[in-house]
Amino acid sequence: MLTKRIIACLDVRDGRVVKGVQFRNHRDMGDILELSQRYADEGVDELVFYDITASSDGRVVDKSWVNNVARRINIPFCVAGGIRSIKDARAILNDGADKISVNSPALERPEFITELAEAFGTQCVVVGIDSRLEKAANGSDKYVVYQYTGDETKTISSKRDTVAWAAEAERRGAGEIVLNCMNNDGVKRGYDLAQLRLVREAVTIPVIASGGAGDYPHFAELFETTGIDGGLAASVFHSGQIPVPDLKRYLRDRDIEVRL
Amino acid sequence: MIAIIDSGGANIASVRFALERLGVDSVLTADPAVISSAERVILPGVGAAPVAMAQLDRAGLVECIRGLTQPVLGICLGMQLLFERSQEGDTPLLGLVGGTCGAFDPGMGLTVPHMGWNRLVPQGEGRHPLLAGVEDGAHVYFVHSYAAPVSADTVASCNYGVDFTALVARGNFMGAQFHPERSGPVGARILGNFLALPAGGKG
Repeated sequence: MLTKRIIACLDVRDGRVVKGVQFRNHRDMGDILELSQRYADEGVDELVFYDITASSDGRVVDKSWVNNVARRINIPFCVAGGIRSIKDARAILNDGADKISVNSPALERPEFITELAEAFGTQCVVVGIDSRLEKAANGSDKYVVYQYTGDETKTISSKRDTVAWAAEAERRGAGEIVLNCMNNDGVKRGYDLAQLRLVREAVTIPVIASGGAGDYPHFAELFETTGIDGGLAASVFHSGQIPVPDLKRYLRDRDIEVRL
Repeated sequence: MIAIIDSGGANIASVRFALERLGVDSVLTADPAVISSAERVILPGVGAAPVAMAQLDRAGLVECIRGLTQPVLGICLGMQLLFERSQEGDTPLLGLVGGTCGAFDPGMGLTVPHMGWNRLVPQGEGRHPLLAGVEDGAHVYFVHSYAAPVSADTVASCNYGVDFTALVARGNFMGAQFHPERSGPVGARILGNFLALPAGGKG
């Protein structure tokens, strides 16, 4: 049986791993290679590196660390942040990344997803979606995609509906979606299960949950109630609050298929 | 010397780095002479079968690969290319292993691609040397939308809605549907086992 994936996200700024709360107030969390190796050794299933400055600054991720990570670790990893062209993506994949993730550039020009899928195969193409719950005029909930979230002074609503955008991303060739629920990000009250279920039902490609993991039961309820393929977290792993081997054993004891 | 066939796709670096971690040098090449004389050959591949076959054909590598007598390991799409046909674009493949690769059906409630860690189940009598030291049910990392059926040449299968070939061997031609270079210590062990097989070739 395919396991549920536990994914550690390393937000990268200026070559260091950082973490903010609801995308703000970034704190230094450590060295990229050291943390990557630690996670690979602890049994993390996959790593995502997100250069949180790249997209809004208009620069591509610094490539030297991508190559160093690829040489060092033996688990899959994805690189996100400021990938705006086939050339940017090719450089990162050639350096040894398994997947690239696009977010704001895909919102600016959705055809970019198709171009990436045609160039590298859908399995390399992840679409990251930063989504926020808003109240519509009639009081009902709606989920809206946000853009340029790496820099709070530039963050704007794309006005796109989250579920519709996820379906469009799949149609255009995305091989996976990482849904980051911004209301829940960094506040450790659990994943946004309702929103994740909506997106899960709208697509047949893998969907990864991001934003809100703060305790062991948050992962169990994610996998037991949503059909989501993987849970991504950052601060609870970086800080050591949830050791990955303990989390995996906790999930296995609840009959959730994981790699130990 | 290990030759990694340059099939034009991305993601080849990770195979080279995995060999480096095992202390082995490799050369990335599309030169039939270099490939034929290598001790061992790795055929990586990501993307679509028709594109990959066209690329091998253009590089004059189809007959070169068919004629290899040293240990050959196809990885991911590189494994599928060893089979007879793929339903992906109804493409004739290298024909070194019997069977036709077909697509996973999202209609069965599966997410496709099959992406992530899944279990290896050894098949057949006796354990193939590629599986030496690998526990039954060990997890390895897969990323694919097409898969090869289980046959007499299947060394290990995996289940994703259906049973499919995860590891295949027919004589000197072997293939892994998963990515040993990204499958943690288990993958490193399987790559190491491939490197430990008696070498062939002229170099």
